[in-house]
This record gives sequence, C-alpha cells and structure tokens, in this order.
Amino acid sequence: MESFQETSGESRSDNGEGRYGDFFDSPGNGQRTREHTRRAMRAAGLGWFSVGLGAAELLAPRAVGRLIGARNDASSRKALRMLGLRELTSGILILTQKKPAPALWSRVVGDLMDLALLGTAGRRSSRPTRLLAATAAVVGVTVVDAMTALDVSRHADSDHEDGALERSVSVNKALTINRPASEVYAFWRDFTNLPSFMSHVARVDVNGAHSRWQARGPAGVELSWEAELTEDRPNELIAWKSLPDALLENQGSVQFLDAPGGRGTEIHVQIRFELPLGLTGFTLGKLFSGIPEQKLENDLRRLKQILETGTVVRSDASIHAGPHPAQASSKVSKGSKKTKTANRGALP
Amino acid sequence: MKANCWLGKHEVSVQTVPDPKILNPRDAILRVTSTAICGSDLHLYNGFVPGMEKGDILGHEFMGEVVEVGPGVRNLRVGDRVVVPFPIACGNCVSCGRGMFSLCENSNPNAWMAEKLWGHSPAGLFGYTHLLGGYAGGQAEYVRVPFADVGPLKVPPELTDEQVLFLSDIFPTGYMGAEMCNIKPGDVIAVWGAGPVGLFAMASARLLGAERVIAIDRVPDRLRRALDKAGATDAIDYEHVDVHEALAELTGGRGPDACIDAVGMEAQGHGPMYVVDRTKQAMMIETDRPIALRQAIRECANGGVVSVIGVYGGFIDSFPMGAVVNRSLTIRSGQCHVQRYLQPLLERIQRGEIDPSFVITHTLPLDQAAKGYDMFLNQRDVCEKVVLKAA
Repeated sequence: MESFQETSGESRSDNGEGRYGDFFDSPGNGQRTREHTRRAMRAAGLGWFSVGLGAAELLAPRAVGRLIGARNDASSRKALRMLGLRELTSGILILTQKKPAPALWSRVVGDLMDLALLGTAGRRSSRPTRLLAATAAVVGVTVVDAMTALDVSRHADSDHEDGALERSVSVNKALTINRPASEVYAFWRDFTNLPSFMSHVARVDVNGAHSRWQARGPAGVELSWEAELTEDRPNELIAWKSLPDALLENQGSVQFLDAPGGRGTEIHVQIRFELPLGLTGFTLGKLFSGIPEQKLENDLRRLKQILETGTVVRSDASIHAGPHPAQASSKVSKGSKKTKTANRGALP
Repeated sequence: MKANCWLGKHEVSVQTVPDPKILNPRDAILRVTSTAICGSDLHLYNGFVPGMEKGDILGHEFMGEVVEVGPGVRNLRVGDRVVVPFPIACGNCVSCGRGMFSLCENSNPNAWMAEKLWGHSPAGLFGYTHLLGGYAGGQAEYVRVPFADVGPLKVPPELTDEQVLFLSDIFPTGYMGAEMCNIKPGDVIAVWGAGPVGLFAMASARLLGAERVIAIDRVPDRLRRALDKAGATDAIDYEHVDVHEALAELTGGRGPDACIDAVGMEAQGHGPMYVVDRTKQAMMIETDRPIALRQAIRECANGGVVSVIGVYGGFIDSFPMGAVVNRSLTIRSGQCHVQRYLQPLLERIQRGEIDPSFVITHTLPLDQAAKGYDMFLNQRDVCEKVVLKAA
C-alpha cells in the first residue's frame, strides 16, 4: 500500500510539470523524467534571464547602453527599448508555452540580431572595449541558447504529454461516504453492484475470483474483459486486475478508511489503464466520452447517493444526455435503468 | 401543464410543458397553489448567473397540495398542504445531519459543474441553474419535489398561503441573516437593501432583540415599509444622504455592531468604484459588483459581524480585506438552511409575532409571470413582492 499512498499524494500537487509524474513509474521512466526536468529548468532559467534583461532594456535603456558601451543618443535608446520588448516577449513565451522550443529558437534569432547590431555599433562607439566585452558575452549566450533550443527540440516528442512515454493512465479519487466501512466494502465487494454507479460499466458477471466486465463504449460499442481479484481485505481493501489478454488492460484498488469525526468512510480509488499502442489518454477519454478523473468522481458520487439516500439522485435535466432544459421529459419513462433503485433493501 | 420558462436575458414566458413525473422513490408531486418571484430570480432574469438553459422552469418559492408520492415517502399523503424549502436536501449526509441543509452532499447531480466554479458543490436548488442541479422550479402548475420526506412542511389550514409561502425562502433567509449577527442586547444592526429579504432580516433582528435596526435603500416606499412594517428604527436613503455620516451619527461614531448585506451581486451605488465595477461586469472580467458589501465592511463597528445573505455568484474585485483583518471583523454567509428554520418560524407566525404577508404588493395569475418579472425589476408601480397564483 505504500506505493499507492505515495502516488495519491503526488497527484494532489497538480502543477503542469508534475501532472503526469505519477503516470511514469518504471525505473527507466524515472531517469527520463529527471532529464526532462533538467531540460525544463534550463529553459526556464533562460526564460527568466530574458524577462530580466528585457525589463532592464525597456525601463532603463540609458544605463544598459552605458554598460555595453553603446552611444547615448535617442535612436540607441529607442533601439534598446525595442530589443527589450523582444526579450520580454521571448521570456514570457519560454516560461508559459507548453512547448517552449520555438520560443527558445526566437532567443537564438534575437542573439544573432544583437550581434549584428553590436557589429554596426562598433564602428561608431566611443567605448570600444566595453562593446567588445558585450559582444563576447552575447556570443556566449548565443551558444547556450542554441544548445538548449536544440536539446529541447530534440526531446520535444518524448517530453510531450501525448508522446511515447505515456503508456498508462492512472486515475485517483477519494470521497467520503456517511456509512460504516463494512457496508461500503460489502456493496463494492459484490461486483454486480458496480454498474449501478459506474457509468461506463454495463454489466459485471462474477465467477469466483474471476469476473467478466462489459463496458459501454461510444456509439454502443461494447468492450469486455476478464478480471481477477488480486487482494481482498474485508472492510479495508479490494484490488483487481484484468487478465493478460484484455484489450484494455487495467487494474484498480479501493481502500476503505474510517473518516475522522464519525463521518463515515473515506474511499480512495485508484484505477490504472495500460494503453495499447497508438491509444493515448486523450483517446481513452474519448472512448469513455469524458475525462477519466471526472468520470470516476461522478461514479463515486453516485455510489455515495446510493449508499446514503438509497438511490441515484436524478434531476429533471440530469436524466438526459447533454444539455436539456430543466423540465420533465416528454417521453414516457419505461422504468429504465435511470430510475432503477439500487438493491439495498429498505430506504432510510 | 403551464410553467414559467426562462428563455434568455429579460425573457420569460409561460409555456405548456410536460407534467412532472416521479423520478426517485422519495419524490412527491405538488399541485402548486402559490409561488413567488424572488429577488434572486432577477439575477437569472438579468442573465448574471451562469448555467441556465433555454426552457428552464423558474421558481424556488412555492407551496401547494400533494397529488402524488413515491414509495419512499411515508410522512406525506395525497391532499396534504405543504410549503417547500428552496434547497433540496437528502437528510442522510453529514451536512444534513449537522443542519447545513443547503450544503447537502447528494442533491446536486451536477456537482462537478459547481465544483469547477466554487471548489466544492453545495446542495441542488429548485429552478436555479444547471450548476445547482437542473431541477425544474415551482413557477408552474405542478412541480416534482425530491426528498419529499425531508423538506416539505405541512401547514395548518387556519393560515393562508400568503402567511406561510415565504417560509420557502425569504423569511428564513432574512432570519438566518439576523441570527448570524449574534445579536446581543443593545446591538445596532444595519441592513443594506430593503427588498423582501432585507425586510425579513430587519424584522428578524428585532425578534432577536436588536436595539436599533437601520434600513439602507434608495426606494422611498421600501424604506417606508421597513419603518412601518419591518420594525426598522431608522432609514437611510443613500440617494440623498451620505451613508457613512448617517451611520456615524446614528451609532455615536462606533458603526453598526453588525451589518447585513441583503443586496448581492447587482448592487447600485455611486462614485468611481461603482462605475469601475459596472464596467468590469459588463466586460465580464468581474462577475459580481460588491458595492453594498464593501460599504457594509467599511461601516461595520470594530469586532463586528458582516452577514452576507445577498446572492453572489462568482468573483468580486477590490475586497477590503485590510478592514476585515485589522478591525477583527467576522464575515458570515450561506444560502439559508431553510429546513432548520421551518418549524420554529411557523410557530412564530402561529403565535402572531410576525405576519410575513406584509411584503406582498402584487398578486398575479401565473399566466402573467412575465409582467411580474418586468414590474419587479423595473419598479413599475411600487413593487416589493409579487405572488403568482397557479391555481
């Protein structure tokens, strides 16, 4: 369970960088992730350098001009301000773009522009030594910029979230249900109950430790697989895993913890899908028509509704797929699954 | 059946729609006898609240007669006359167990939408956006009431619809606004907004023992009603009087011990800040304009309470946090946990301590709902509260 808790802790820090961190957990992936982080940090460093230099050129062109030995006249100051604007733009783009490579290349182009300008200034400068030092500095910066841009561009594919690294998608959610752990566990442990709250699961048949799952795919496409129970600790944990020949390999676990303050049971669910070649998290989302995290959360809410109130709660609009005005349906309901009460005995 | 549907900004219309059906075992269907237009319906009417669909049935203040009950409802029978709280609450979750009914954890099937805007989801409400559940409202001939075994209150036959209808929302809302002020003997309470909720907040503040109650508004007739009917001791017309100077004068320079914002996101006002807020709201870079709230915070006495019962939907700018921190102010708020107040407030009505019908200025047939909205918003005639008669 330790690794599970680590992962769920990690998933809570939802910044762009760490967002997919918990998806790569093989040792080789860890190494690649570290390299990716180093590249990202170098790019960010250059981004901040651009912002700083740009701001200085824009706000204090006279001082910058003096420092690099440029002539102190209105046209030089104007040129420095323009350069400052360019620097600032590059910096902001590097820091904010998901794919910073083009912005990094814009720095290289900017460096070459600077070198050309310094060359022209050299002929008119009153302080050639400073100008020479500035030129040397820009040459150095150009080399660093070009190397970073090359490096980031070359690895853009593997660092990118839709790229080759993403071979599995894990989804974690936690929710508190105001019922004792024994009851929540028992309801989940009877896998035939799962379709009552899992929107993408049409049917589960149980045969000992094995179960056969049928999923609702897009446009009525049915997907099914066999799963086996891998761990079962009454009132604490249930874990399952699809059998190797499954089209969509997946494994999951649900942990039941007493919520503090007598608030019932915390359920912590983790499901991981191994993606077949060519399938990405995005297509997985499309397959289940929604974001997997959101789907799981909505599933757990329905479970909470069933266990706490006796049934899935329906509003006039929510019984329809897609937008619908909040008024009753004109169609006659046929006692469909949508209004089916979960088999939980007496209502509270 | 006929129902008042939202069609877009400043457009509502009574249309023929399908009759409601039992969807869950704990549902009941009511034949609506009386329903009302709430100030918060005007926020929907003005298009300031996200999550509306064309055709949504409006209305969250209603009462009527039970015509059908689901198999899970044991406390109501066909023929019972009930008034229904506007928040839908299951009675089973931890929030309901703690009496926080407007935070019911199960009644909003679109909780994920509300989470995107507010972080966590509150309860579902009748006729109040898809963010809050997508439930059909009660400005209709019939309405489906989920968790009918928890919310509706049976009302005794000797009380008229007009006397008990406002238990659905505005009386408990005003009462909770006053209760949150933690009123002690000698307290001076200022109430921004002399609309129906403001009037009930004033009346409740008096019921809870406030020494003075100051009404702040710009409609002379509303201020008059506050003084004559709602127990306000003083009235400030902010069109003609400087609110700060008037409050300082009325409180010996201390400021009111508690301030109630019964205005919300579409406040009116003066000065550059008002222009800035209106502009930002029009450009959709600020969803709510907190003119009354800012003033309530500034004016509140050191260590006092600012009780916010006016509706806010999203985000406000230039929030005077410095005043809150440095002057030890307490801000309290919430959609009213109506279920908690139904019985005690019904008893106050029965004992004759208050007759909520004093806020009504107009009674119209349901068919004329559109006229009612226009009248209420644009203050054609002197309009405080519009009741629609569905039957």
